[in-house]
Amino acid sequence: MEQETILQEEFEIAGGDFVNGGVASCRIKNILKEIGVDANILRRVAIASYEAEMNVVMYAKKGIMKLILTPNKVIIRVDDEGPGIPDIELAMQPGYSTATPEMREMGFGAGMGLPNIKKNADVFNINSTVNKGTNLEITINLNNKNE
Amino acid sequence: MKLNQLKEILQAKVLTNHLPIDIEINNIIASDLMSDVLNTKNPAELLLTGLSNNQAVRTCEIAGIKAIIFVRGKTPDEETIKLAESCKIPLLSCDLSMFETCGLLYSRGLKNPDSKYGTGNNPSGRI
Repeated sequence: MEQETILQEEFEIAGGDFVNGGVASCRIKNILKEIGVDANILRRVAIASYEAEMNVVMYAKKGIMKLILTPNKVIIRVDDEGPGIPDIELAMQPGYSTATPEMREMGFGAGMGLPNIKKNADVFNINSTVNKGTNLEITINLNNKNE
Repeated sequence: MKLNQLKEILQAKVLTNHLPIDIEINNIIASDLMSDVLNTKNPAELLLTGLSNNQAVRTCEIAGIKAIIFVRGKTPDEETIKLAESCKIPLLSCDLSMFETCGLLYSRGLKNPDSKYGTGNNPSGRI
């Protein structure tokens, strides 16, 4: 069933920009905090969007992160232009990573990102085309705690 | 326990300006890997880490962690300190190793947010 969109915001993410990596997710967290979203849900949205944002920073050329709020759920959509993921099932396995030493020096690249997004989401969809890019859709319901 | 008490125990110095450190701390996560920090089930209140770049601060802002103590004498650059000040996340630094820092705080009753065991001053208190 189509639902009314209460709020929609778009953020650009630059690949390789470790200085600003996380800015978009922090803004999303602050927007939802001001609206009064439950602290546990807020934490799940923030963590899932930050992991997704850092994936764009680490692996893609650029990306767009979209926040869509409806009366019942928060949707985070991330579309990037980049190398894509050849084997999504493998990438979803905890510990699998193609990270470079630079990414690991920043505290990331342990192969926990995608599994952690899935863990925090109520619905998680991922599609990828090699040499084109990756699309994620993370849905978190506002009316349950996923625990 | 308050953050300023932890500062005394670890003989840590405060790196941020104008941020209060009389914050209550009960749960601590210790890791150099931000993915681990983002992976706890329950929120931690303090991060102990040797990773002194801006992503340590961002990770705390995202995960709702109130303060950072850098171990092994690590100090972040000015930009990272400014970012922490704007996020209202106090930064401290101590010269001890991660192992010694964790040991000192665990023995005084502080615990991991997802702890399955008792605390250092109540080791038999398995949950």
